[in-house]
Amino acid sequence: MRLLTHNMLASNIKGVTNGFPLRIEPEKIIEKPVDFNPDFLKNMFSKIDWKALADASKIMGYAELPDEVPEQTVVESDEFLRKFHHALLEVHLEEGALVCPETGRRFPVNKGIPNMLLHEDEV
Amino acid sequence: MWYLCVFYHRLLDYRKPEFESLAELFGAESHSLEWKLPQHHHPDSPFHYVNLPSEDIARKIANRSILVKGLYEIWGEGSSYEELKEAINSYPDDRKLPYIAQDSTFRIIFDSFGKVVPFEDQTARIKAMDYIPFQGRVNLKCPEHKFWLIETDDYGSANGLPPVVDKRIFFGREIGGADRKLLPTYQLKSRKYLGPTAMDAEVAFLMANQAQAMPGKLVYDPFVGTGSILVAAAHFGAMTMGADIDIRVVRDGRGPDCNVWSNFKQYGLQMPVSLLRADNNLPPWRPGLKEMFDAIICDPPYGVRAGGRKSGGRKLLKGVVGPYTVPEEKRTGHIPSTAAYSLAECVHDLLDLAAKMLVMGGRLVYFYPVLRDSDTLDVEFPKHPCFKLIASCEQILSYRYSRVLLTMVKIAPYNDDIKEAARLQHLDFKENHVKWLEEGNLHAAVFSPDFPPSDDPDTKGVKDTKKKYRGKYV
Repeated sequence: MRLLTHNMLASNIKGVTNGFPLRIEPEKIIEKPVDFNPDFLKNMFSKIDWKALADASKIMGYAELPDEVPEQTVVESDEFLRKFHHALLEVHLEEGALVCPETGRRFPVNKGIPNMLLHEDEV
Repeated sequence: MWYLCVFYHRLLDYRKPEFESLAELFGAESHSLEWKLPQHHHPDSPFHYVNLPSEDIARKIANRSILVKGLYEIWGEGSSYEELKEAINSYPDDRKLPYIAQDSTFRIIFDSFGKVVPFEDQTARIKAMDYIPFQGRVNLKCPEHKFWLIETDDYGSANGLPPVVDKRIFFGREIGGADRKLLPTYQLKSRKYLGPTAMDAEVAFLMANQAQAMPGKLVYDPFVGTGSILVAAAHFGAMTMGADIDIRVVRDGRGPDCNVWSNFKQYGLQMPVSLLRADNNLPPWRPGLKEMFDAIICDPPYGVRAGGRKSGGRKLLKGVVGPYTVPEEKRTGHIPSTAAYSLAECVHDLLDLAAKMLVMGGRLVYFYPVLRDSDTLDVEFPKHPCFKLIASCEQILSYRYSRVLLTMVKIAPYNDDIKEAARLQHLDFKENHVKWLEEGNLHAAVFSPDFPPSDDPDTKGVKDTKKKYRGKYV
C-alpha cells in the first residue's frame, strides 16, 4: 500500500465520524521505484490531505516532507516533486495495519493489500 | 479535411464512439465531428468519410484505435476504373506531388471488401495505376508512403436486405491504422492470471479508449478482479487503481508469480498505484475526498457469469438472525459474511461513486446487460444528474442477451442535493426499468431452456426465421 492510498482511505465503521487519518502500524516497509510523472504529481498535489501525508511519511521512515502545507507554487520545484513522488508512490507498506483513530479497529495490510471490509456488526 | 476511414467489420456499434473519443483526446472537437457515407452505402458499411482538423490528429487517432483498419487521404474514387482515373487525374497536384517525389519510397497495396480478387488480377490492377507519375522507388518492406487501392462489391442482396456497400473503387494515401498486433500480445490465453470474467483484450482496449486513458491520468476499477481492464488502461500509460470485495483475488491470486501484479509485470506495464479490498456498497473513502479519478472503467457483476456481493450477511439483511457482535478473540481472521448485491443497487452505487470521485469531464465507462426480445435496442439506461450519456455500444452475446458499453461524461459537480435527486431518479428507474432483472431473473432469462420439450413433429425442424444479415452480430 502506497501513501497515496492511505491518504484516500478512512474507517467507515457505522457511527464513526472521525475515521481519518488511519494510524499506520508498520511491520514491513519496502520501496518500489515508480516512473516519475510531474503532471500526475501536480494533479494529485491539490487533492492530497497534506498533514496526513507528512505524518504518514514520517511513520514510514521518510521525514523529508515539510509539516506545513506548502504553497501551490512549490509544484514547480523539481526537488520538491521528487520528494513528494517518493513519499506518495514509492514507499510501500507491505505488512502491517491501519488503525481507526476513533475505535482502534485494525484493518490489516497483507502483501500490500489493505483489507477495508467491515465485519457484520460494523456495517 | 475529409479522410476515408475504413473500419474493421466487427463490433459495429463501437467504431464511431471509439473514433470520437480519441478525436477529443487528441484535440478535435468530437461533438462536431462530421461523418458521411460513400454513395449508396449502408450505415453498417466499413467505409465512412470523416472530417478532421489536421493530418496529425488523424494519424494519432488511427494509430491509437483498435477498430480503424486504415485512414486514407482519398485521391480519387469511382464506380469503374475509368472514373477512378479521371478522379485521380483531377485531384490537385500540390496534394499529390510531395508523396510521389523522386527521393521517396512507396508501395501500392490492393484490398477488397465483399469479394476475393485473384493475386494476378491484383497485380494487374496495381500495375494499371501507372498513369500516376510516381518518381520514387518501390519499397515493399518499409515504404515512406503507402497507397491503397480498395475495391468493394455489392455481393448480392442478403435476404432482401440492402447490401452494406455499393460497388466502388477507392485510391488513397494511408495516414495510419490500428496496431492490431496488440491483440495477440495481450490475448487472454497467454495471460498468466485469469478469472472467469476476465475481460477480452480487444474489448478492454476499447474501454480504455472510451475512457481516454493516457499518461498522467488516474483510472479506477471498483470491480478489478484479475485486473484485465486496468491492464489495457496501463498500456496507454494511465496510472491505475483497483478494488475488489474478494480478497483472495486481489491479494493472493494463484501464488507469488500469478496474481494481479504479475499480469502487469508480464507486459512490462506500470504496476497499479493501489489495489485494495473494499465494498463498492460501503466505499472506505475519507469524507471530503472528491474528484480523484480521471476515469472509472469496470464490468460490474450483474449476475450472469458472476454475481455481486456486498457487506452484511444474507440472513442478517433478511432479519432471519438478529444483529450480533463478533467475539473479541475471533475478530482477527474473522471472515465477514456477504450478501447478494443486486444489479440496480450496484449501478446506483457506481453512479454515486463516479459522480463524487470523477473530475469534471471525467468518464465513467461500464457494461450494462440487456435482454433482447427484438432486433431493436429499446432500453432505458441508468441516469444521473451529474452525467451525460455520450455513447452506448451494444455487443451481442447470444440471441437472448447482449451487453452495452455505456460511456458517461461528468458534466456537473456533485453535492448533497444532487445525491438526493439521483437517489429519487434511481428509485424511479429501478421501479420502471430494472425491477424484473433482479433476483436471478437475468440469469434465468439467459440460461433457461429454450422451449418446453415437445414431441409434436410439426414444430420440429422449424428453424429460426431471423434474417440472415447479422449487422451487429459480426
